[in-house]
Amino acid sequence: MNTKSAHRANVGLFVTCLVDLYRPTVGFAAVKLLLDAGCTVEVPESQTCCGQPAYNSGDRADTKAIARSTIAAFEDFDYVVAPSGSCAAMLKHHYPRLFEGDVDWELRAKSLAAKTHELVSFLTDIAGVTEVGAALQGSVTYHDSCSGLRELKVKDQPRRLLGTVEGLSLRELPTAETCCGFGGTFCIKYADVSVEMVSRKAEDIRATEADLLLAGDMGCLLNMAGRLKREGSEIQVRHVAEVLAGMTDRPAIGETEQV
Amino acid sequence: MQSEALNFKNAARGAIADPNLRQALSNLETGFVAARSRAAAGLDEFEAMRDAAVDLKNHILANLDFYLARFEERVVAQGGTVHFCATAEEARQTILNLCRDYGAKTVTKGKSMVAEEIALNPFLEANGVEPIETDLGEYIIQLAEEPPSHIIGPAVHKTKDQVSDLFHEHHGKYGKTERLTEPEDLVNEAREVLRQKYFDADVGITGANFLIAETGSTIIVTNEGNGDLTQMLTPAHVVISSIDKVVPTLEDVSTILRVLARSATGQEMSAYTTLSTGPKRDGDLDGPGGFHVVLLDNGRSDLLGTEKQDMLRCIRCGACMNHCPVYLAVGGHTYGWVYPGPIGAALDPHFLGIEEAHHLPNASTFCGRCQEVCPMRIPLPSIMRHWREEAFEKKISAKSERFGVKTWAFFARRPRLYRLATRIAMRLMGRAGSVRGGRFESLPLASGWTRGRDMPAPEGRTFMDRWTAGER
Repeated sequence: MNTKSAHRANVGLFVTCLVDLYRPTVGFAAVKLLLDAGCTVEVPESQTCCGQPAYNSGDRADTKAIARSTIAAFEDFDYVVAPSGSCAAMLKHHYPRLFEGDVDWELRAKSLAAKTHELVSFLTDIAGVTEVGAALQGSVTYHDSCSGLRELKVKDQPRRLLGTVEGLSLRELPTAETCCGFGGTFCIKYADVSVEMVSRKAEDIRATEADLLLAGDMGCLLNMAGRLKREGSEIQVRHVAEVLAGMTDRPAIGETEQV
Repeated sequence: MQSEALNFKNAARGAIADPNLRQALSNLETGFVAARSRAAAGLDEFEAMRDAAVDLKNHILANLDFYLARFEERVVAQGGTVHFCATAEEARQTILNLCRDYGAKTVTKGKSMVAEEIALNPFLEANGVEPIETDLGEYIIQLAEEPPSHIIGPAVHKTKDQVSDLFHEHHGKYGKTERLTEPEDLVNEAREVLRQKYFDADVGITGANFLIAETGSTIIVTNEGNGDLTQMLTPAHVVISSIDKVVPTLEDVSTILRVLARSATGQEMSAYTTLSTGPKRDGDLDGPGGFHVVLLDNGRSDLLGTEKQDMLRCIRCGACMNHCPVYLAVGGHTYGWVYPGPIGAALDPHFLGIEEAHHLPNASTFCGRCQEVCPMRIPLPSIMRHWREEAFEKKISAKSERFGVKTWAFFARRPRLYRLATRIAMRLMGRAGSVRGGRFESLPLASGWTRGRDMPAPEGRTFMDRWTAGER
């Protein structure tokens, strides 16, 4: 996309259910980043969720119904952008598979897939953003959420943009690519295993001695923040978009206004 | 072995609380994972080799009948026999009959997961034949009377101290009364105890990593050399393997060998790659008098042509479990049957039925690391998802789970209703959360979550609520 061209890319923001319900700040941060990148942004009202809770539970019929409604809501945009690797990968890789053999819907799913992107990689790889105008004093560490990392190859992009945030220093997490144990419904169905996984993760995060933990997916963030808070850790937890958009005035995840 | 896969959740709880297991698994994680990573990075063509191995195996699976027939023909031409067995029962009985033919009282055994799959040892014992495991890991767990917890490191769940105790307890009868603690001393003691057993055994049973159609050879890859003694020093060599192990030529085997050890232990090659071709010939200095290959199907051929066929590409390297965060948290025994970890989660339901094994494909976060490291690029998460769909269709999963998903989907399929319900719920939760420091320490309906972590509270008004109200 050439941001100088007369046509501004019209982006449909797929808010994702967790951002919509838990952390609207991330949605507004995404909007700001997209506008700053020269896009126009719309938020279709008929969106709910990408369907992963049903899909990963083996409920194909409900998944398809939700996918059809998502496709219909977003297929007219130039791009579909989600502040989540997991939900973007669902649209990009799994919707086409869901409709294999159903010629009409498979075509529509593939066409949607081709223009669907995770937020940060969209900014760097499609919109050509090379720096952000944000500032944050402190050290951060970064967790690579599994779907974004492995299904969408999001690895370097957030680090590149974080590198342009004034005052921010990155302390790499040696186990950044190890799953935090969220896994959607897994974290409830296999709670003991999930807690064990996130406890190990929290141990590694604390060892970095960073002030702030960032990632690109709300599920992982809620899980890691929940464990860190339970352990009484001072490390703050935020979605990477909040930092890139300079919207860190809201309390961090799992916190309230400082008194 | 008797399946305990239904007990996954309880077993997981016990495993997580076991400090010895945690220590043993952390050694596995730092050892094998780092070694595989170095091996993969150290070879420019590693990814291309994986592709070649995948193509090769797909070709084999498309022509499996041809290569199996060719393999049998070549084995017979060398003076050996192939016994095709459709079921585990048939394979056990065939091996017992062979033992009886050779008048066997004791048999030495190399490591074989197919032997575990058909539960060979208890069957032989029940019928008066004593099996003696000669692979060090298998020997350790035989003493401990436990099943393997890993497909290439059967005793990987044991710490060094636990092995010291086991040897001290069991080796006294051989005049070895000192409790040894150095790994090298422990290995030497096991070697001394086992040495005479090789000479005393009447039949040597090994597995096979590959069956070569071109030559009628079977191949084992090991790091101990125990397999060589097992098969060379006995009157008969019985190979127990499965139909998916056939490979057309020696050249093809080298393609797979190059990715196998690198993926498994990070070695370029295992210490021993042993080819066995027929019984001892005239003029040979040593070798077994008889050569029998027992080839198990056990439902594998049913996978051909299905969406789960890719599982048959598996070369049993163990990389998927070495890299699996769930396996590394709960260990192999928690899975409750022969094949643990991601490949077990994909494979075990096929052998046990999804009713029995439904936890295994569900107990995964779909993090995708298994697929990333699998040398054969088996889409393990996709196969697990197929099983989940089958379980959902058959209504096997807990009623509360199904009800939860269905209720959620009811709203997710109705945007206006969803919007209304979430707007109210999030406002209430946001308000409740703001007076509790921004998080909940316990929540009704989410006790699984809050048992071990807080639940961050939502900000309050939903994004859609604020956006439609004009906020930017």
